[in-house]
Amino acid sequence: MTDFALEITGIGKTFSEGRGAKRVLGDVSFHVKEGEFVSIIGPSGSGKSTLFHLIGGLERPTSGEIRMDGRLVTGERGRIAYMPQSASLLPWLTVRANIVMALTIAGLDRHEAESQTSEWLARVGLAGEADAYPDTLSGGMQQRVSFLRALLSPQRLMCLDEPFGALDALTRLHMQTWLLSLWEADRRSVLFVTHSIEEALLLSDRILVLSPSPACVAREIEVPFARPRSESLWTDPLFNELKLEIYDMLKPTDGRSPLTGKR
Amino acid sequence: MGNSRSFRKIIPPAACLLGFLALWQAAVSLFAIEAWILPSPLAIFQEMAAEWPRLMGHAAATVRLTLLGFAAGTAAGLGLAALLHLIPGARAGLYPLLVLTQNVPVIVLGDLLVIWFGFGVLPKLILLILVCFFPVSVSMLSGLQQADPKLIHYMRMIGADKRQLFWKLELPGALSHLFSGLKIAASYCVIGAIYAEALGSNEGLGFYIRLSSNGWETSRVFAGILIIVLFSLLLFGVIALIERYSIRWKVRKEGGV
Repeated sequence: MTDFALEITGIGKTFSEGRGAKRVLGDVSFHVKEGEFVSIIGPSGSGKSTLFHLIGGLERPTSGEIRMDGRLVTGERGRIAYMPQSASLLPWLTVRANIVMALTIAGLDRHEAESQTSEWLARVGLAGEADAYPDTLSGGMQQRVSFLRALLSPQRLMCLDEPFGALDALTRLHMQTWLLSLWEADRRSVLFVTHSIEEALLLSDRILVLSPSPACVAREIEVPFARPRSESLWTDPLFNELKLEIYDMLKPTDGRSPLTGKR
Repeated sequence: MGNSRSFRKIIPPAACLLGFLALWQAAVSLFAIEAWILPSPLAIFQEMAAEWPRLMGHAAATVRLTLLGFAAGTAAGLGLAALLHLIPGARAGLYPLLVLTQNVPVIVLGDLLVIWFGFGVLPKLILLILVCFFPVSVSMLSGLQQADPKLIHYMRMIGADKRQLFWKLELPGALSHLFSGLKIAASYCVIGAIYAEALGSNEGLGFYIRLSSNGWETSRVFAGILIIVLFSLLLFGVIALIERYSIRWKVRKEGGV
């Protein structure tokens, strides 16, 4: 039996809510292979963030279990490198100190954390911002720091929770290609939650489409494009074919936008 | 640039103060007000110069007592805030009692403390701690409670335990709240020290003022008040300076880089 970076088996989560109970996750099972980039896409309110809370160990599932590298880690915290939607940098720490703090919490030796941080800040061209406070940086810059913080964390699995959701379209585009180039140079196991079909197609090896609540994995799509990838993928007919296919899957019956639940 | 701007800011209040003093001086001589009722500013300054060594002696005692009380009160306030924050349920149980302690007038407390502990340093110190700890612990508590939920979520997701959450996130985030509490506590503390010295002591500006007012030496009373005001301002200024030094990220933000 091969050990997956992340293996989720039959996860269910029910919240008690007043008189009744709300079943958010039905029966979710999937895995992320070592060095694989897996995206989760689903209508809003489909329990994507609940899923992340469970993987992060903030809550325990009602049923099912979570394994990482073959070990049972259900309910354990500190097992993942994490990048949230908002950059979540501590305002009183400089860029460098923010990254170092996250690495030491993850158990890295302070000296080691500092040298790694400096090295990587220089490598990705952020050396000039190393001693700046987060509030002086643009949103895109803050997300770069936030990504670097997750990338340098020693945990094997990176969980990215809609990391570019709050950015404007152009910045988002830059960030996607930036992330792609960094990740393709050093393949970590990634679980990536997004609203954007294009983003998922551009970045991932596999895409999991969640059904509305209670969520379960409705479809699994292997993304066939070779790496390294670039934005030129958008002109590929297959890219658009897959995009439409996923879009159709997410189409709701009540006429609202499938991804945001609005309109 | 910044210096000349802050200098320009000082001019209007300084001019007002000078005008007020001139008016006071003129009124005293014009209406021939008796010195024991209201001495003129010039007379006060003259008295102050004559009394300088004695004044400084008493001021030193007051400064000692205030700083000691402020340090002890702040330590008590911080410790209490940390306990109430970190022990589950402690906040809900003890916070109302904390507020209750502030409804007991200091004047009554002072008399009680003298009955229990006599006229030494101890009752004065206890009084100052009682006066000081409340603004410190209340501001600290509210600061600790106001940590950004997004940041708490992030810290928990990367596996921070309760201790790390406190030292890395909640405590630094509470600093600006803490400093506003410290400023209030500092001015309370000066007032408390003066009151304690007036109550029962043989040194300090509070004692000096009481003695002077008993002897109808009104200009000395004013001289004492002036020293107290200057000391209070100085203490406030030092705290503001420490605040600016330790909360640099906020200063940058407000300065627009």
